[in-house]
Amino acid sequence: MIHYVIVGILVVISTILVRTGLHSLDLLPEQASLQARSIDWLFGIHIDLIAFFFSLIVVFLLYSIIVFRRRRGSEEEVGAHFSSNTKLEVIWTIIPLGIVLVLAVLGAQILGDVERRDPGALEVDVTASQWSWRFEYTESGATSSDLVLPVDRQILLRLRSEDVIHSFWVPEFRVKQDVLPGGEDFVRELRITPVEEGEFKLRCAELCGQQHYAMLADVVVVSQADFEVWLEQKAAECDLSNEECGQRWVEDFGCLGCHSLDGSEIVGPTWQGLAGSTVTLADGSQALADYDYLHESIVDPNARLVSGFEADVMPQNFAEVLTPEQIDQIIAFIQSLE
Amino acid sequence: MSFLSLGLVRGLIAQVLGTAAGMGFVMMVRALIGLPAWNREPVVVGGVAIGAIAFIFGTGVMSDWFKWAKGEETEDHHEPDPDQPAWRRYLSVDYDHKVIGIQYGVTAMFTLGLGGVFALLFRTELAKSGIDFLNNGIFEVLFGQNGPDLYNTLMSLHGMVMIATILMGVGALSNYLVPLLIGANDMAFPRLNAFAFWVNVPGALILVSSLFLGGFDTGWTGYPPLSVRAPLGVQMFLMGVYLVGLSSITGGINIIVTVLKMRAPGMSLFKMPIFVWGALATAVIQFSATQLIGLSFLMVMLQRLFGMSFFDATAGGNPLLFQHLFWFYSHPAVYVFVLPGLGLISELLPVFVRKPLFGYKWIALSSMGIALVGFFVWAHHMFTSGMSAYLRVPFMYSTLLVAVPTGVKFFSWVATIWQGKLTFPTPMLFTLGAIVIFLMGGITGPPNGTIATDLHLHDTYFIVGHFHNTMFGGFMFPFFAAIYFWFPKITGRKMSELWGKVHFWLMFLGFMVMMGGQLIVGLGGMRRRIADYDPALNFDTTHLLITIAGFVIFISVLIFVINAIYSARRGEVAEGNVWSSRSPEWQIPSPAPVHNYEVPIEVVGDPYDYGLPGSTYVNVRPATTGD
Repeated sequence: MIHYVIVGILVVISTILVRTGLHSLDLLPEQASLQARSIDWLFGIHIDLIAFFFSLIVVFLLYSIIVFRRRRGSEEEVGAHFSSNTKLEVIWTIIPLGIVLVLAVLGAQILGDVERRDPGALEVDVTASQWSWRFEYTESGATSSDLVLPVDRQILLRLRSEDVIHSFWVPEFRVKQDVLPGGEDFVRELRITPVEEGEFKLRCAELCGQQHYAMLADVVVVSQADFEVWLEQKAAECDLSNEECGQRWVEDFGCLGCHSLDGSEIVGPTWQGLAGSTVTLADGSQALADYDYLHESIVDPNARLVSGFEADVMPQNFAEVLTPEQIDQIIAFIQSLE
Repeated sequence: MSFLSLGLVRGLIAQVLGTAAGMGFVMMVRALIGLPAWNREPVVVGGVAIGAIAFIFGTGVMSDWFKWAKGEETEDHHEPDPDQPAWRRYLSVDYDHKVIGIQYGVTAMFTLGLGGVFALLFRTELAKSGIDFLNNGIFEVLFGQNGPDLYNTLMSLHGMVMIATILMGVGALSNYLVPLLIGANDMAFPRLNAFAFWVNVPGALILVSSLFLGGFDTGWTGYPPLSVRAPLGVQMFLMGVYLVGLSSITGGINIIVTVLKMRAPGMSLFKMPIFVWGALATAVIQFSATQLIGLSFLMVMLQRLFGMSFFDATAGGNPLLFQHLFWFYSHPAVYVFVLPGLGLISELLPVFVRKPLFGYKWIALSSMGIALVGFFVWAHHMFTSGMSAYLRVPFMYSTLLVAVPTGVKFFSWVATIWQGKLTFPTPMLFTLGAIVIFLMGGITGPPNGTIATDLHLHDTYFIVGHFHNTMFGGFMFPFFAAIYFWFPKITGRKMSELWGKVHFWLMFLGFMVMMGGQLIVGLGGMRRRIADYDPALNFDTTHLLITIAGFVIFISVLIFVINAIYSARRGEVAEGNVWSSRSPEWQIPSPAPVHNYEVPIEVVGDPYDYGLPGSTYVNVRPATTGD
């Protein structure tokens, strides 16, 4: 009947309009990784399906609402009397079944693309803890609180958490992976191949407590040459003064994510004016913030907790993560602050 | 005093006393085994648990069962006391399924309002970047928390309170309608029915009490290790959910037995009103899956209280175990949330298009198909979790497969409407709105189901948009459609059409804006469950719109509530078959008589043969006086 022809045409028009509209909105972030390109291709397929099925149902509905409404003045009116059509039922079961199977096969293929391994990938160990990130470049031993990466090379991130479940996500790279606590058995891998130089943000994507919303890190993608230079610098032993090396460690190891230098309160006590002052502890007693106190606060944070701060927030394993020399230099830096 | 004879009041008094006694009991046991008597968490948890049990006993809902245990007889039907005003029945234990249905429904409206207020509070915070609103000192005074901690608690509670609302709304619909629709005079187990309602009350109270006991920062999903280190409020959350879950399980078995055993003569399974299929499929899921959330939450409680290491990776446990156990229930749970509503859409469309429901058998079986397949998809919530990488692929297949029976429903609805004679009273508006909104929930599903795209979408506002879509389309809109539709059956009056339409348009347009905003910022990189977002992302305007939309939705529901309360007393009288429905409950007077059908109904035709001259579905013979 004529109804089907009109509706058919409207569905086609609507599908094209909706599809074009959705694409033109440009809702996804820029594609900064190889994985993003594959994933966005699959998103494109989804947009096609969304545009079609939205149009199919909504056009039929709107058409019916307009054309088949009961007009004024007609009291005893009923609709056309039909209640089943087995052929139609089979068709609209089999065709969607076929579509979802094809979609699943495509999905599996794209997943394969996204997870493809490059044996020459650059390994970076990523450690997440409430509420900061730390990056250790396996081969060179450099440690940083910023994730600096070379463009056009696959990065193999080995993710671990020191406390609760976090999640590694840079929207421009698309891929996301939860970061689990529990040691070696729970390390999870994520492979990313950056293809655009630029500055991005890593934001924790699994609710991890009070500061989840602010658990960020800078991600900087640079040319391969620039990366080598940066890496050498980071991996080098620090041959500056103790205070200057200490300053570098507190940046690289994420301390400044929780401890401010200017008196403001972030997560832990501020270091401004700390060294040499008298500190009130959680149990009410007082302590002098001398070398021993500062040292203990780093390697065994729960031992003498400052009043007003919570236990178990600061990572407990800095004695393993930092060398004794690095700890001394950090203390020297803290003692150098006004 | 008459106030003290109300079941609700007795239950609350018992709960207070029971909590205190329970705390004392735990302190005594601790002292006896050599521990310091006072330790806040175990003492409070033990007290609250015993208080909840005391509530149940205090209401009197167990009294008939106790009598049976003692060998005493009780009446089969408890007639309402003619000397007391009708409203008292709703605040006490009553075995009439219609009263229980209303109790579920009204309680759900309270929790809906509460969950909505929580949302408005944190949406006000999110309207602008920067932590400002929730830092207000008044919140510290009220809840002992502010800022991001309070955000996390409000957001977590919004989720769980809304889930409890939907479960109770489902209970309202199923319990009120199923006996009426199948020609029965009550449910198979009226006392169990009352129990299943009343256990929600301490459950909801305990859940909300978490706000005043330090809150919790885990979201409604409660993943360890975070939930193991969360404040005391998380225990209230875990226990509250446990109680609400008990309601699902006991309510579920009641519906199953009622539908299988108590249909009127001639009502084969494929001649039931279609809503009953939806209610049956829902009940099967509730009865069999809910145990898993109880289990997984209990394990978190045990890890907290006794140091058991189920989810402690450093002690041989595995945090992913929780996720598998939790989602094994929580995915089928979402079908619990939507299958009744989808059944309602199928139920109401024929009435307002005056032609048969298309493909009844296929629609009925699609509800069962969704319920079945829904048990095999849970790990699609875990694609980024670190679960076995290959295992994700079969879950992608099963997840996408659910689209097939769901599609059958959509196509059948279109075919039902096609060439009908449509009118648009308020219930029809909500039904059509439900179809459009659930459609968008459905088509935003596949991007989450193909793993690679989910790697981008997981834990973003796209997911938030997707599930608000499915919840509004599959539950909220059908729920309101049902209330506007059956209001005359309950009260003998109609709700105001004008204000019903105002409610619809505000809610529909408000929801479209909210949903659109959520999907857009999610695709663009906005994470979920965050108290604040980076202004550099340029999401501020969209968030402001989402917040405004939330307020519009809230206002629209307020309009509904006022309409309902006013119309119950002063609405247009509507005692007959106001919708010209073929369904059995409309062949008896409104408000529905106390025992539904004086004489058993007889099924003589198909339920949805609208427009077939001379056809009837059921005969409701008047009580014969001796012929």
